[in-house]
Amino acid sequence: MIDVETAVAPARPAPPARPRRRTGAALPLLLLAPASAVVAVVIGWPLLQLALLSFQEFGRAQVFGQPAEWIWFDNYVSVLTDGEFWAVLGRTVAFAAVCVVAAMVLGVALALLMQRLPKPFRVLMSVGLLLAWAMPALTTTIVWGWMFDTEYGVVNALLRDLLGLAEFDRRSWLIEPLGFFTVATIIIVWGAVPFVTFMVFAGLTQVPDEQLEAAALDGAGPVMRFRAIVLPQLAPVLVIATILQLIWDLRVFTQIFALQDIGGIRADTSTLGVYIYQTAIAGGEFGIGGALAVITMVVLMILAYPLMRNMLRSGR
Amino acid sequence: MRRTARYRAMTALWCAVAVVVFVCSTFPVYWMVKTSFQPNNEVRSRELQLWPEHFTLRNYETVLFDPGRTPFLPALGMSLVVTLATVLAAAVLAFFAAVAVSRFRFKSRTGFIVAIIAIQMLPLEAMMVSLYRVLDAWQLLNTAIALILVYTATVLPFTIWTLRGFVDGVPIELEEAAMIDGCSRVGAFFRVTFPLLAPGLVATGVFAFIQAWNEFLMALIVNTRPELMTLPVWLRTFLTLNGTTNWAAIMAGSTLMAIPVVVFFLIIQGRMASGLAAGAVKG
Repeated sequence: MIDVETAVAPARPAPPARPRRRTGAALPLLLLAPASAVVAVVIGWPLLQLALLSFQEFGRAQVFGQPAEWIWFDNYVSVLTDGEFWAVLGRTVAFAAVCVVAAMVLGVALALLMQRLPKPFRVLMSVGLLLAWAMPALTTTIVWGWMFDTEYGVVNALLRDLLGLAEFDRRSWLIEPLGFFTVATIIIVWGAVPFVTFMVFAGLTQVPDEQLEAAALDGAGPVMRFRAIVLPQLAPVLVIATILQLIWDLRVFTQIFALQDIGGIRADTSTLGVYIYQTAIAGGEFGIGGALAVITMVVLMILAYPLMRNMLRSGR
Repeated sequence: MRRTARYRAMTALWCAVAVVVFVCSTFPVYWMVKTSFQPNNEVRSRELQLWPEHFTLRNYETVLFDPGRTPFLPALGMSLVVTLATVLAAAVLAFFAAVAVSRFRFKSRTGFIVAIIAIQMLPLEAMMVSLYRVLDAWQLLNTAIALILVYTATVLPFTIWTLRGFVDGVPIELEEAAMIDGCSRVGAFFRVTFPLLAPGLVATGVFAFIQAWNEFLMALIVNTRPELMTLPVWLRTFLTLNGTTNWAAIMAGSTLMAIPVVVFFLIIQGRMASGLAAGAVKG
């Protein structure tokens, strides 16, 4: 449930094999109790309820007091046999894939660029990227929505007046799925690139200069040096960044929901998060929504597994 | 000689690209602020106008005091209450837990760490279905408490994880030295280790602040009454008035909402970058 900063694991590497206190179990458990209690009540209990809900007939009637019947896997069957679910899933995965690839390619390119810049320009670029990173997702979406406005939007005006593309005059971007997801992709990538850039740049600074110099002396060109030396050392960072991006983009809610509000079409543009909202919260079908949520959760946890294992290894 | 000339040309090119990147990444922010200070007739003009010609505060006046809209000040108050309570609760609870995990070895320690990591990955977007039902059953819908509880629980795993790193970073020998000099164990902890944790507490506090301030989905579901809305949900009410969307006012509202987050973000960014490096490269 954490946003951009999830990857910020412990700020310093812990010194190995530091002596720890061995005392009776009472004190540490007492210290853990309040945090555990809050998490158990607010996450654990609803999680259990979610699993139960997904096996129950729970619609509007049950919200108003009718007892919920156990129908076991019926909710899952109706979700998995619903064409709409597969359309939403396919759309979500395709959208996330495009966003992840675009953000990774751009982010890595900008990190490599940053490495080659003299200091003042590096600072300038960092400031710009930080500003984009700091913007809340909702305000970002609204601002881009305004920039892509049909009548007075600056994007249409730029394309029309600066590039002379008359077909962009009064173009409505949000009323057909392709235009809608073009705008959504720009919004997501704009917000995600700074994270990738800073993360990869931090990784690049760990590549020893001596190795690169030695390779250059041995006659390796820049492409060769990147492939043979930089890329292998960067691989863990790239994997982590890719997985994190993928998880965040599959979970996308705010951007799509707000774009639909701004005037985008709702048909054929919902992603999984928005679909769960429409089914359960707006539609009152909590049983079906529960099954949807469980499926989503399982998929995301499987994707997150390598990341969690990595965190566990570094955090023991 | 030719080589250096080429090198210079390349560097100039990279610098030019960097300027383009800077413009692309700041343009939406600039556009938001610019529109928020423009009179409506300029905003609703079809001419390409990259600089504002006239400067006005009317949009802010509209957003803050127009009686026809969901009022800003209660939303700001609600956001502040929810956010500050979350920061406080998360900092205190995470601090205790981080000390337990970092300074002690006990049976369920590994289990606790696994739980922290797993919970951190749980999607709130999927949890909303049952969270809504549970909060409804506890009669907590349309209360600040519901949001404080949810936000505290969702930021706790990350804050514990990060603070644990900071506690690990303070050598236990420092405390032991203080104990030899006559401090009690608790005294040694609070006189020696605690002051060194201040940067960690600031970093996690700011993180919790940003999360709680920006959160949209749960706020949307939990608080539907206008007087209980947080700022993101308040901002959204401006969008649904279709047809005559007052973009200048919306941009003024967006600016007001974004300012605190951007400021806080810039404060901790240095620490976050170094944390990123440490956490990511080890793997």
